Amino acid sequence: MSRLLTNLFGRLPIGWLQLSHNKARLVAAVSGVSFATLLVFMQLGIMGALNSSTVAPYGLLSADIVISSEEGNTLTDAGEIARARMFQALGVPGVADATPLYIGNLPFTLDDGSTVSLLSFGFDVSQPEFVSPSIAASFGSLTIENTVILDRDTRGMPASVIDALTAGGRYEFEANGNTLVAVGTMNIGGGFLADGMLAMSDQTFLRSFPARTSSAPNHILLNVDDGVSVDTVVERLRGALPSANVKVLAADASAQADLDFMSSERPTGIIFGFGVFMGILVGLVIVYQVLSTDVADHLGEYATFKAMGYGQPFFLGIVFEEAIVLAVFGFIPGLIVSIGLYAGLRAVTGLPVEMDASRAILVFLGTLTACTISGAIATRRLAAADPADLF
Amino acid sequence: MAESFPIEASGLNHFFGEGEARKQAIFDLNLNIERGSLTILMGPSGSGKTTVLTLMGCLREVQDGSVKLLGQELNGASEAQLVSLRRRLGFIFQAHNLHESLTAAQNVLMGLQVHGNANPAKQRAAADHVLDLVGLADRRTYLPGNLSGGQKQRVAVARALVSNPDIVFADEPTAALDKESGHTVVQMLKTLGQTRQTTTVMVTHDNRILEMADRIITLEDGRVVSDRVPKTTL
Repeated sequence: MSRLLTNLFGRLPIGWLQLSHNKARLVAAVSGVSFATLLVFMQLGIMGALNSSTVAPYGLLSADIVISSEEGNTLTDAGEIARARMFQALGVPGVADATPLYIGNLPFTLDDGSTVSLLSFGFDVSQPEFVSPSIAASFGSLTIENTVILDRDTRGMPASVIDALTAGGRYEFEANGNTLVAVGTMNIGGGFLADGMLAMSDQTFLRSFPARTSSAPNHILLNVDDGVSVDTVVERLRGALPSANVKVLAADASAQADLDFMSSERPTGIIFGFGVFMGILVGLVIVYQVLSTDVADHLGEYATFKAMGYGQPFFLGIVFEEAIVLAVFGFIPGLIVSIGLYAGLRAVTGLPVEMDASRAILVFLGTLTACTISGAIATRRLAAADPADLF
Repeated sequence: MAESFPIEASGLNHFFGEGEARKQAIFDLNLNIERGSLTILMGPSGSGKTTVLTLMGCLREVQDGSVKLLGQELNGASEAQLVSLRRRLGFIFQAHNLHESLTAAQNVLMGLQVHGNANPAKQRAAADHVLDLVGLADRRTYLPGNLSGGQKQRVAVARALVSNPDIVFADEPTAALDKESGHTVVQMLKTLGQTRQTTTVMVTHDNRILEMADRIITLEDGRVVSDRVPKTTL
């Protein structure tokens, strides 16, 4: 280790030697950085799960443009829009096709007596081009009255039911006074949005939600003609439809708007953002504490080096070397433990908590930056090393 | 330029404290020290000998008067000039001031790496050679915590000498040593002066080594009260 660093720095790795000389301090500092890293990873993991569950329902759709009511917040937390808008939209040049989308939360009582809520999507079954190819296979069977496709990750649903359904079986259940028959499964993953998801025909949807009418869907999905720019059509639609109460967005822009809403307007996003901030703060304070104590403990030696002719860059180098050592040694255990905890969290909650390379790299760079900032603050103490005091 | 001295002090005054508490520690000091000589500064505590040493060693800012070190005026010199001058000096402190996390050899190496690290193998060889000279060849990989007081001081001497400094400043270097190793250390400094023209200025109370000096200067209350050549050198 020491030899490697010597070659790397072109000088003795004083920072490393200093840190490793005091084992107790090194262990404390590294565990502090690991803990801070872990804290940030957990917050980001849950926030990432929140984000991926927010946009998960888009995986069910295959549409270029979404028209919604201005009152709604996200795809699944939407207001109602007049179906008449769909016919207006079809008159706009470049619009190839349009379909209404109905969304509602269906309460369902499990065998153990607990109630879960199933986020239900009602599609016009005559227009399979608006659903994702991933459910195209079972989509045809939704033409039969009261049939549904059930999400595999539905909370509280026994694995045996899901396995039987995937193998081609059926599962009959009652929800909202209506008997439904699951005829297939899909893989969407609701996470934070609902306990589970259902895809069904608009007819089945309206029977399950008697208060809803076919004239007021939640969204209107559009596909554009081949070779026509989606943005151009979005602009045309905004011109053609009354601007009050109507929101026209390209599908990816709509997903992004949902993410922005969840991370900035909903308390969950703010709470996790705050958690990340706290993790960074804890890390900063711990590293600053360790480095400034270390500088203070070595003032005599530093003063001696100053007397020998070492300049300020040399001392800054030592402190930053220590900061980088702490960042690297703290990050690695933090990452390993986080991967383990992610797996645990995934198993217990069913939330899509995944470690991806970009998050790991981001957190590593953040750890390096935070340690360097702490190091920079700690170097202020170097001024106290005065060689004239040595005699 | 005629005969130049490695250290020339003229009209040197120094003060400590501010305002009412301001106290003069050095009064109009004029001193030239010859190249290759071993000079001992003596005097009771508070006489200003350590202040003179730190002023000459670029460790304390010159306030009034002039100190020329190796031809460079210290009064008003920039920090960069002071740093590059310090690299041509060697310091031996009363407390050894070794870095506790570095081995004996690494501590000595620090005296070389201040000049850069172009040839690590050569530097290691030089460090080992100097440790050998001070009789610590078998303690190279020891941390200071595992060395005796005398051994630590010898490492500090090796660190000061390894870069062949033009001037060595030493503050009570033999205080922690027994008579024999004290003698060895001073003899080393003296030999260096003769073979490499290294100038040594040493503050000491140690009567055992006085006879080895070329010149003994006694200070009292910030003034030179005696400047003599010990009998044995005559």
